[in-house]
Amino acid sequence: MLKITNLHATVANKPILKGLSLSINAGEIHAIMGPNGAGKSTLAYVLGGRPGYEVTEGSVTFTPNPRHPREGGDPSPAPDQTQGQELGSRLRGNDEGGVDLLALAPHLRAAAGLFLGFQYPVEIPGVSFVQFLREAANSQRKARGEGPLSGGEFLKLAREKAGLLRMDMDMLKRPVNVGFSGGEKKRAEMVQMGILDPSFAVLDETDSGLDIDALRIVGEGINAIMRRPDKGVLLITHYQRLLDYVRPDFVHVLAGGRIVKTGGPELALELEEQGYEAVAA
Amino acid sequence: MTAVALPTRKDEAFRYADLEALAGVWPVAREDILVPSGQSTSLSLIETDPVAAVARHLVIEVEAGASFDLRILNTGAAFGRIAVDARLGEGATFTLGAAQLGGDSQTLEIVTEVAHEAPGAVSRQVVRSVLGGQATGTYLGKVAVARGSNGTDSEQSVRAMLLSRTATANAKPELEIYADDVKCAHGCAVGELDANGLFYLQSRGLPPEEAKKLMLQAFVAEAFSGAADEEKLLALALERLGELV
Repeated sequence: MLKITNLHATVANKPILKGLSLSINAGEIHAIMGPNGAGKSTLAYVLGGRPGYEVTEGSVTFTPNPRHPREGGDPSPAPDQTQGQELGSRLRGNDEGGVDLLALAPHLRAAAGLFLGFQYPVEIPGVSFVQFLREAANSQRKARGEGPLSGGEFLKLAREKAGLLRMDMDMLKRPVNVGFSGGEKKRAEMVQMGILDPSFAVLDETDSGLDIDALRIVGEGINAIMRRPDKGVLLITHYQRLLDYVRPDFVHVLAGGRIVKTGGPELALELEEQGYEAVAA
Repeated sequence: MTAVALPTRKDEAFRYADLEALAGVWPVAREDILVPSGQSTSLSLIETDPVAAVARHLVIEVEAGASFDLRILNTGAAFGRIAVDARLGEGATFTLGAAQLGGDSQTLEIVTEVAHEAPGAVSRQVVRSVLGGQATGTYLGKVAVARGSNGTDSEQSVRAMLLSRTATANAKPELEIYADDVKCAHGCAVGELDANGLFYLQSRGLPPEEAKKLMLQAFVAEAFSGAADEEKLLALALERLGELV
């Protein structure tokens, strides 16, 4: 589903990723752990297409899944979809269905089904979550050649996903992340993920800043939204704790800009006990 | 009546004006507005027509206990100037919410002088400019508090957003205070759209221009918050923002 090959990337001309390769199949959850400065967040931003993160070598191929219909069915397509269909075909990819992820602008990566959970979600004063997410969801649908969600349909979906993360719907009427605690921001990220329904999620330290109860809620949310045979997840984390709730199929150790060790869930426990230095040596 | 000479650059209130364009509409007729004691009125000045030049000069007298709510949307003219002189009586309230949205080589300006001439008057000014291309946006705002006008409460919030490196924003909030017991606040900032915010919105699927529009809409909305025709003003502003991003 996501195939990263020999990825090199620089930030402000400083090489951070130095030949990272990783392949994630549909239905799999992978965790990347590693010491500070290993390049974990850089990997997330490169996949999301953040300006300033320059890929100097390598490739990333993403195979978006055909969209699964929502419960209750999708609304019928809008009559004028010429533009949407053109973009839609761009997101369908090559013969095997793979697209060159790095060639897509950030918003088209999202439309193709990629979701980036931010380590530090950004505050946007004056713009409500509800307005922003409805426009985002409909922009994605348009790019895929689908009709827009009506206000009612959107609110129903938002209420359902907010409920899943035990978040008060009133919080989604507030400006994006403004005045939210660290934990609330992370939960709001997961509500966004639920609403946007991606086929692949890169979650950058979604567990940081969460108390024990919130960690469980977020973990269960990730499972409910993303643990499906047609979806994939890349969890970036420092700690083993989140992995108690979201059990990974593979754990990788990232150090010095490349994957230095790969194993099963037991590798996370080993890291917790012995530290990165001993395990990655 | 003698002809009034065209101002020059040395004239502080016309320092950033497009004098050539101004000549086409000079002299500017003065528009008098009187808000009698105890009454409250509002006015929305909408200048969205793509004319070569427009210049308005409002002279407003807000009598004791009266209130006046003025909203300005200055977006259309190649040179668009709106000057407002307001004189506030005892306990009067004056609200100004203005947005100027310009691109290409537009020159847009709002020049205000608010005189607190009696105790206890309140003035609130919120001015938001969004400037792209080679546009210039100017706000010159003087608040004058006369001797004995104690309990004056005045606020100026002036912010400009530059969409290109070639756009210019001028801002001069100015205070002249001759009374002791007053509260006069002013804030002024010129900036660019937050790159982190833009990436965040795009990462959720919004195309770059929609992401910019959404952020600018929130920025401009501050000027129209609480206006009688808030929705209409916002819709018109949004239309113009769509052209600028």
